[in-house]
Amino acid sequence: MFNVFKYVLFDLLRSKWSIVYTLFYVLSSSALLYFANSSTSAVAGLMNIVLFITPLVSLLLGVIYFYQNRDFAELLLAQPIRRTQYFLGNYLGLITALIANLLVGIGLPALLISNETTAFTELSILILSGVLLTLIFSALALLITLLNENRIKGFGYAIIIWLFFAVIYDGLFLMLLLYFNDYPLETFALVGVILNPMDLCRVLILLQLDLSALMGFTGAVFQQYFGSTFGFVTALTSGLVWVALPLAFLIKKGNTKDF
Amino acid sequence: MVIELSNIKKDFGKHKVLKGVDLSFSEGKIYSILGPNGSGKTTLMKSILGLVKPSSGAITVCGKDAINDFKQREFIGYAPQIARFPENLTVNEVIKLVTSIRKQPSNPDPLIQLFEIDSFRTQRLKNLSGGTRQKVNLALSLMFDSKIYILDEPTSGLDPINRIRLKELLLDLKQQGKTILVTTHILHLAEQISDELIFLLEGKIKYSGPTEELMSMTSSENLEQAIAKLIQQQTEKEQAHV
Amino acid sequence: MILRALFVFVYLCCCFWSHGATIETCASCSIKDLRTAVQNAQPGDSLILQAGVYPVHELEITKPLTILGKQGAIIDGENQGEILIIHADSVNILNLTIKNVATSYVKDWAAISSDKASYCRIENNKILDTFFGMYIRKSSHFTIANNQVISNATLEATSGNAIHLWHCDSMRIENNEVKKHRDGIYFEFVKNSIIKGNISEGNVRYGLHFMFSDYNKYLGNTFENNGSGVAVMYGSFIEMKDNTFINNWGPASYGLLLKEIKDGDIKNNIFKRNTTAIYGEGALRMNISNNTFERNGWAMKVLSSCMENEVRDNNFIENSFSVFTNSPRNYNEFTNNYWSEYKGYDLDKDGFGDVPHRPVSLFTYIVEQCEPALLLMKSNFIALLELAEKAAPSITPEALVDDKPRMRPIW
Repeated sequence: MFNVFKYVLFDLLRSKWSIVYTLFYVLSSSALLYFANSSTSAVAGLMNIVLFITPLVSLLLGVIYFYQNRDFAELLLAQPIRRTQYFLGNYLGLITALIANLLVGIGLPALLISNETTAFTELSILILSGVLLTLIFSALALLITLLNENRIKGFGYAIIIWLFFAVIYDGLFLMLLLYFNDYPLETFALVGVILNPMDLCRVLILLQLDLSALMGFTGAVFQQYFGSTFGFVTALTSGLVWVALPLAFLIKKGNTKDF
Repeated sequence: MVIELSNIKKDFGKHKVLKGVDLSFSEGKIYSILGPNGSGKTTLMKSILGLVKPSSGAITVCGKDAINDFKQREFIGYAPQIARFPENLTVNEVIKLVTSIRKQPSNPDPLIQLFEIDSFRTQRLKNLSGGTRQKVNLALSLMFDSKIYILDEPTSGLDPINRIRLKELLLDLKQQGKTILVTTHILHLAEQISDELIFLLEGKIKYSGPTEELMSMTSSENLEQAIAKLIQQQTEKEQAHV
Repeated sequence: MILRALFVFVYLCCCFWSHGATIETCASCSIKDLRTAVQNAQPGDSLILQAGVYPVHELEITKPLTILGKQGAIIDGENQGEILIIHADSVNILNLTIKNVATSYVKDWAAISSDKASYCRIENNKILDTFFGMYIRKSSHFTIANNQVISNATLEATSGNAIHLWHCDSMRIENNEVKKHRDGIYFEFVKNSIIKGNISEGNVRYGLHFMFSDYNKYLGNTFENNGSGVAVMYGSFIEMKDNTFINNWGPASYGLLLKEIKDGDIKNNIFKRNTTAIYGEGALRMNISNNTFERNGWAMKVLSSCMENEVRDNNFIENSFSVFTNSPRNYNEFTNNYWSEYKGYDLDKDGFGDVPHRPVSLFTYIVEQCEPALLLMKSNFIALLELAEKAAPSITPEALVDDKPRMRPIW
């Protein structure tokens, strides 16, 4: 597994996409950290970028990369290696490369531009969310390529999944909330957030940025959720479940797939 | 017997690719697997490699189950039909990678010399031509001291000189007691190197045996004629059925 | 001229003379307990309490007297009832530790209470674990300064207020620390008084509770993490300046709750990380200026009953929501404020944006209608909705607008 991981990582870190992706984060985070009125508003601005771009890049880069190496996969899987190890090696290589890009892209400008007012806690949670999104959407990308031999279809699914979680989901969610406004919606709303990894990460960051507003919830469930570390812990746990589920499915499918 | 297949069936959905194949391969022989496109050649080879999981049947490599046990693949060197590699790795790195995965000693240098690709060793694979990549592909599959070599269209993309070099290399390996499975469209090549022929048609074995036997059986002068006759027989049979 | 100087001299001598004797009280002194000391003292005497514990309760002080504690002097009420009861003018209670007053559901027991007294000083005391700290009725001209009044309240129903004033006039309440009571400072029918430099923290209801009290000032106080913040109700001509309202969190918690209030000034205050910084209901002709609202949930909730208020020269920085109103119209003036969310430009370089700013967002309305939607805060979908609403306002009040938004905050 480690050998596969190593080659995927080197291969990806040397690719031009990896450099473009890092540069993108370097530019946008330096601009925001430099020009924003305060460090927390820079985080708020970066949040929307991270929530939008990280899943998109994880999905697209993942799908491109795995399709590109579809033929090489045959060569490697014909070697004495467990399939699970092969897939996990690929996954680990992809996420390590993407996370390295993210850390350098946001972390480096933050360290260079930082001063005593820099909101390091908020920035760390933001980067943590970016990492979580990378873990989740890379797993989905790997799953998409495994389930679709047709590359065009695979790309289509990647874009649709991204669009769904980034915009459509929130629209539907809001409509449902407004439509069933007369019913107690607390638990439903929290579950709704957990079911969309992008919303999940957004709430993780909101817990840092807008806690004073979130404390305005009258409902007891919300109070319990946001009034303690309980909210943070459950959000993080649900995030990890979001990683584990596609991976488990991937391994199951991968072991019976014909190459 | 080095490889044994008994009653291998494989269907992709409704499409039946292999309809019950029984085969055995023995030491020190070169086998050519022939057949028109879609006849199941590649599926057959991939089943032996564990890349394709048969719907039913059993495969043993060196006496052990090869369908569920990935370890049997350490006896096989494999060159896939399409030679594509991670773009940003160098030739040396890919050789190192495959060696590290196999955990066996590899000896790529003679092959590198033979195919004259020494000057490409530190170049990234995306900068190499199709022919060079195929040479790397062959080197990767033949650099281990394996009992079995499975080569899918090994001559595609090779120039005549290297085709001859490969041919000689395969004959040499046969002398060392290796079992070699080759699929090819080039009947001429098959005729020259193979000890036994396997002809697949619509997922079934039409012929399996020594090359000369096929010729005499179909009273043909060369392999091309013999194959043509086999296909003709099949169509006649089908028409009789209708 | 000489005659006049002589007169002043004689007058000063008389004052000195009448200052009275000094009586020491301690375990080894001739007078060992406080009650005897107070009973034996002449008006104007000073009682000095040496270090030691003096158990006493229901001790009435009916003559002008100074009770001064040396370090380690502790008056222990032993949870029996009230401790010191002032029934005379010019009583000074200084440098004491007074503790242990039991909770009562019938009587408002306090460590120090007073009725119809004036010119008293209560300074530098530590009042610990009491039901009410001070309960001052119908009194005037008190100085209550530098006291620590700390209890351990957890429920409204079983706790009293730290400093409770009822029907008082001309009081000064300065630099006290009031913590963990029901209300930190409670004013009812109090006039002409000043609350200055106090720290009110962790009280289960209000940090400051203010009712039917006109012509008062509160200046430079800090109100932090109180159950419902600060409530100012039913009063007029109140000045609130230089205060800090911080971390008052909860669905019914406000930095500052204004209810039926008119003609006051709210200036130079800092509102930081409160769920709602200012909540206004029936506020009239208030002048809200030069305040900084930073990272609150809602900076201002202005209900339709608020009129003729002026909100000018304030900083609104990174609040989740700047302004909410439940009225489609607007009878208040918002102008010359800095809004960190303002996206306009300033081509004529006069320091003010050329495009008016609408501080009420569509999303506030959605959240008001459907609370769980708050979970969608800062989502890209909501940003899209806001964009559409900004282009063609249909729900947010068109009249609530800052015509001259500042480009930079004022400090």
